[in-house]
Amino acid sequence: MKRILVLGVGNVLLTDEGIGIHALELLQQHYRLPDDVEVIDGGTSGMDLLDQLADRDCVVLVDAVKTGDAPGTVVRLAGDALPAFFRSKISPHQLGLCDLLAMLQLRGEAPKELILHGMVPFSLETHLGLSAEAAARMPEFVERIADELRRLGAAPEPVTGERGFWTAAVA
Amino acid sequence: MARITIDPITRIEGHLRIDCQVDGGKVTNAWSSGQMWRGIEKILEGRDPRDAWIYTQRICGVCTTVHAITSVRAVENALDMAVPVNAQFIRNMVIGAHGVHDHIVHFYHLGALDWVDIVSALEADPVAASNLAQSLSDWRYNSPQEMKAVQDKLKTFVSSGQLGIFANGYWGHPAMKLPPEVNLIAAAHYLQALDYQRIANKIVTVLGGKTPHVQNLAVGGVSNSINLDSQSVLNMERLMYVKTLIDQLEEFVTQAYLVDIAAVGAFYLDWAGHGKGVTNYLAAPDMPMDEMGTKFDMPGGYIPNGDIGQFEQITSFQDAMFRDSVKESSKHSWYENGSDPLHPFQGETNPKYTDWQEDGKYSWVKSPTYKDEPAQVGPLANVLTMFAAGDESTKKHLGFVIENAGAIAKTEIPLAALHSTLGRHAARAVRCAVMLDSLKRQWAALVENVATGDTETYRRPEFPKGEIQGFGFHEAPRGVLSHWAVIDNGKIKNYQCVVPSTWNAGPRNHKDQMGPYEASLVGNPVVDEARPLEVLRTVHSFDPCLACAIHMVDTESNEIVRVKAL
Repeated sequence: MKRILVLGVGNVLLTDEGIGIHALELLQQHYRLPDDVEVIDGGTSGMDLLDQLADRDCVVLVDAVKTGDAPGTVVRLAGDALPAFFRSKISPHQLGLCDLLAMLQLRGEAPKELILHGMVPFSLETHLGLSAEAAARMPEFVERIADELRRLGAAPEPVTGERGFWTAAVA
Repeated sequence: MARITIDPITRIEGHLRIDCQVDGGKVTNAWSSGQMWRGIEKILEGRDPRDAWIYTQRICGVCTTVHAITSVRAVENALDMAVPVNAQFIRNMVIGAHGVHDHIVHFYHLGALDWVDIVSALEADPVAASNLAQSLSDWRYNSPQEMKAVQDKLKTFVSSGQLGIFANGYWGHPAMKLPPEVNLIAAAHYLQALDYQRIANKIVTVLGGKTPHVQNLAVGGVSNSINLDSQSVLNMERLMYVKTLIDQLEEFVTQAYLVDIAAVGAFYLDWAGHGKGVTNYLAAPDMPMDEMGTKFDMPGGYIPNGDIGQFEQITSFQDAMFRDSVKESSKHSWYENGSDPLHPFQGETNPKYTDWQEDGKYSWVKSPTYKDEPAQVGPLANVLTMFAAGDESTKKHLGFVIENAGAIAKTEIPLAALHSTLGRHAARAVRCAVMLDSLKRQWAALVENVATGDTETYRRPEFPKGEIQGFGFHEAPRGVLSHWAVIDNGKIKNYQCVVPSTWNAGPRNHKDQMGPYEASLVGNPVVDEARPLEVLRTVHSFDPCLACAIHMVDTESNEIVRVKAL
């Protein structure tokens, strides 16, 4: 069994900066995930995530991204495209994911496979909840993550769940 | 004469810009500018005060726990609530473990790279490094095999061309003075520290339910159920597990961290003469040992003008002196400033962006004052106030560091050496050890109290009709954090967070006095203007955390230094 981590990162207090967190919450409402898939709301953490990232077969990272494309554009980056992406574009955090991955590499604990699913945000205003435009694109975005899990052999099972915390907080 | 602009400063949390005027190899003027707008408090208006901690722990990626704890304290203060002692002890263990984690990471993974030349460690003789390390400490991971293994790892890593974490270092800079062997010891402990910060995090996870965002807090206590014999709640087995984690941390902090800070410090004693800056020190007492927060395991207070003799203790969570002495000025910040400065209960956050104006407004950070004066906060303020209060644990660990550094450097080091860039690093290590001592006492107090049959961890808060207000403080890893809440009919009306880095990174205040970062930079040497390592040393010594607002992957990774000859 692969040890898969789906890691959502971002700040829910800054509108679409929280895309990763909202996407994960929706994913868990739409699907029951197999036991070998762990879902973590990483918020804006750095070092705290080192332990979670260590020794995984696969990490699916979900985040807001700035690629220069139009807002709402979704991207999937994997393999060689990813380290280069991280090297030139890391967060202004004390230690970004790029640094964490380098530390894990130094220790021989880096994830074997790393895939990023991202969406270019519409708004980064100080506001709780997604922009209407990003919210409208969420179901499709979440499906892409579900497809990724299917590809990894960890097929999620559809369910009708309750509203999650962050969804309810916005309402 | 030259003007250096470093924007952004890396290896910190958030976006900070520093400008320095350099004249004859020394900084003669400085400006600290926070480049992000916070104003996240606005999101809280109209919300249920019982939920405020859930939102405030999202303000920052490093200080999640810190904002959560301060928020529940502020609301409890407004309600004049007594909190079950079990809840205090559990909260104290969470914040203690978080603080230990934070300090280890700051020194080894962020701050040390200003002093330790990783590339030079490749030249070291592993046997000589091991001999030196073993002469300084009984730490078990100082063997020649360990040193050789670390050096091999570094060689592979560096030759792969993926410097990553080490990419922004000023390797080979003339201000780097450690012998290759000391650099190798530090590099070895850098890697070991990765394991130990995880151990600290485990304590937070066991007690807080989850990391990075704890789930066990509540206004009125904690949501942990205690039953020493039950399998599903906080029981003796889990508490014993926490104890073993605390013991492992203590071994690392006393045998590696404290020894390393003394050894590295001994080679850089000239830095006890730089970075003094603002010497009004403010630190909050923490680790409350009773229901109302009137007895604390770690004392705190205010020291004006660096004079320990004038120490004024902050005595309780209700301390009127603290409550009435905090104000914030926006004269040089990008906000409207009608009447200025303002008390946090009256605080306003209405943006008014100009441009970077050295005599006008130049930062998103406000400028706080205590008794109308700027104050330095952080581990140094904490250690000095605990020392002034006669705290035994502080005296012991501080004495150890000063004596060991003095022995290695073969000189006597006075206490006054602490008012410096080096002093801030030393104080952080001392505070880390003091906090571990406190963590042990919190653990014992919890076990002892539960053994009496008291398992209460929560009391339900009742919100009155009408307006109430409260404040809460916490001596966080970067210094005193306070939240100020005005609650009207059970809903939040106004909420202000006065964060540690606001105290330290603030711009000039309403009287045009410099903030601590700015004042500490004046007089700093700068050997090479294009590579201002010395400026970074002083700024990093505060462990800046610009209350993270942005996470999105969008900025350039490289520190950008612009130098303009004047």
